[in-house]
Amino acid sequence: MDILGLLKNMTITHWSFYIVSMLTLFGALGTIMSKNPIHSVIYLILTFFSLSAHYIMLNAQFLAAVNIIVYAGAIMVLFLFVVMFLNLREENEELPKNSILIAASIVGGIIGITLIAAIRQTQIEKVNPYSFNTKTGLVETLGSLLFNKYLLPFELVSVLFLIAMAGAVMLGKREKGERHF
Amino acid sequence: MEAVLIIKGIIILAIFALSLGIAAYETYFERVVAAYIQDRVGPDYAGPAGIFQPLADAGKLFFKEDFIPALADKSLFILGPSLAMLTALLTSAVIPFGDSFIYEGQKILVQGIEVNIGILWVFGIVSLGVYGILIGGWSSNNKYSLYGAIRAASQNISYELAMGLAIIAILMMTGSLSIRSMVEAQHGFNWNIFYQPLGFIIFLTCSFAECNRTPFDLPESENELVAGYHTEYSSMKLGLYLFSEYVNMFISSAVIASLYFGGFNYPGMDWVYSKFTSIWGATVGHNWATVIGICVLMAKIFFFIFLFMWVRWTLPRFRYDQLMDLGWKALIPLAVLNMIITAAAQLSGKPLWIGLILTLIIMLVIFLPAIKKRTVKA
Repeated sequence: MDILGLLKNMTITHWSFYIVSMLTLFGALGTIMSKNPIHSVIYLILTFFSLSAHYIMLNAQFLAAVNIIVYAGAIMVLFLFVVMFLNLREENEELPKNSILIAASIVGGIIGITLIAAIRQTQIEKVNPYSFNTKTGLVETLGSLLFNKYLLPFELVSVLFLIAMAGAVMLGKREKGERHF
Repeated sequence: MEAVLIIKGIIILAIFALSLGIAAYETYFERVVAAYIQDRVGPDYAGPAGIFQPLADAGKLFFKEDFIPALADKSLFILGPSLAMLTALLTSAVIPFGDSFIYEGQKILVQGIEVNIGILWVFGIVSLGVYGILIGGWSSNNKYSLYGAIRAASQNISYELAMGLAIIAILMMTGSLSIRSMVEAQHGFNWNIFYQPLGFIIFLTCSFAECNRTPFDLPESENELVAGYHTEYSSMKLGLYLFSEYVNMFISSAVIASLYFGGFNYPGMDWVYSKFTSIWGATVGHNWATVIGICVLMAKIFFFIFLFMWVRWTLPRFRYDQLMDLGWKALIPLAVLNMIITAAAQLSGKPLWIGLILTLIIMLVIFLPAIKKRTVKA
């Protein structure tokens, strides 16, 4: 099959999928390949954004919005914040030794191959496009599913969050005699 | 179908142009309001009553030297103001500026996109707004810029929490994330402000903080940080930063008006609608009623923009620890309390009475100290 004919037959959905996927991969590669940690963080934000675009293409609007709010909006701001404080510019000049680089790429490659093999092995259920409920990813469906079928796990997760919050407050609390800076 | 798409495109372009145009004229009104409050004349050279002042400002900014510091991170230095402007403009996509226009029997909503995650979209983009400042401040390679950027980041994160909790109370009342259905639920003078007085105050305070407006403009406080995050910026890059603040102000006014003040609803709109449709017929009458709704929303937005300016030229700036204490120790507990009150009010079946009683209490808390002082003096 020639590439030109393939390009001609692509729909808008195809085009947007390929463009967004390219952006995602670009962001992901930029994250691990840029020397400056601040650039890495910004590439990671781009990756999260394009992942959100993928969610929107799957009509999972709620997931997309929450992904942006939680990851791009809150966690990455904190990352950037901390990295800026650390001021890693000077220490970053020299790359780690070759042996570490080789070991890292071998481990990464093996994990990548395993993941690809695992995904190829799994039988993903084919969805019938005619009987598929397009509202699956919307807030209402998600909410009723969470509060009916998955109520117990949901409540347990919220208890977990509460404990984490209390723990963070305990860690951040100033002890007696400690100085306020 | 084609004509509908074209009209939709025109509406989107109009919203885009409107947010930019209003932002430009906000700079003019800011000066006029400041001059009025400080008993000065204000801008009056450029055109009659100085109405061409924004154009003159823009021209000046474009022709100034565009300077990039030698040790700055060049690409990020340029990315900073662009991101600030981009995030400021993105929010207006989900705000319903009016009801709908009917063209050839098809309804076209006066809104960029009608999605059922509207308020989450606004919230997400608001939380991204800090990147422009953060990146710009860091890449300038100047300690005052960095301090300004870090202040902006911590301030935005702190006030987002209270803002989100205030929005949750609204969600509990409407049961939808779409801003349009929130606005439609307020039809018939059923505005959320009567049910959510505390939530409104929290949301208003947080939007002041998110827009980095006085009394929360710590990221650019000139007596501590030279000019904060935009110390190193000049020319139109600085212009974009300043401009994005005004766009943000317009958008937050629109969000406040839609969430708490009924959006494009106004008392007696059903009467106007029936009059219009009986005079001009169903289609034209509907369209004219929509136009009136848009004008009403604009009036509300302008009121809130004026409020932003009024506060800026009246109140002094907070100290930084006061800002953090207000955010974490006052607004977040109040927002949680507001959530509990809202839940109780919804369950009690008389949310309006509880809202009105709450309004009375808030009024007393705010005005009682002032009244006491006055009586002591007398």
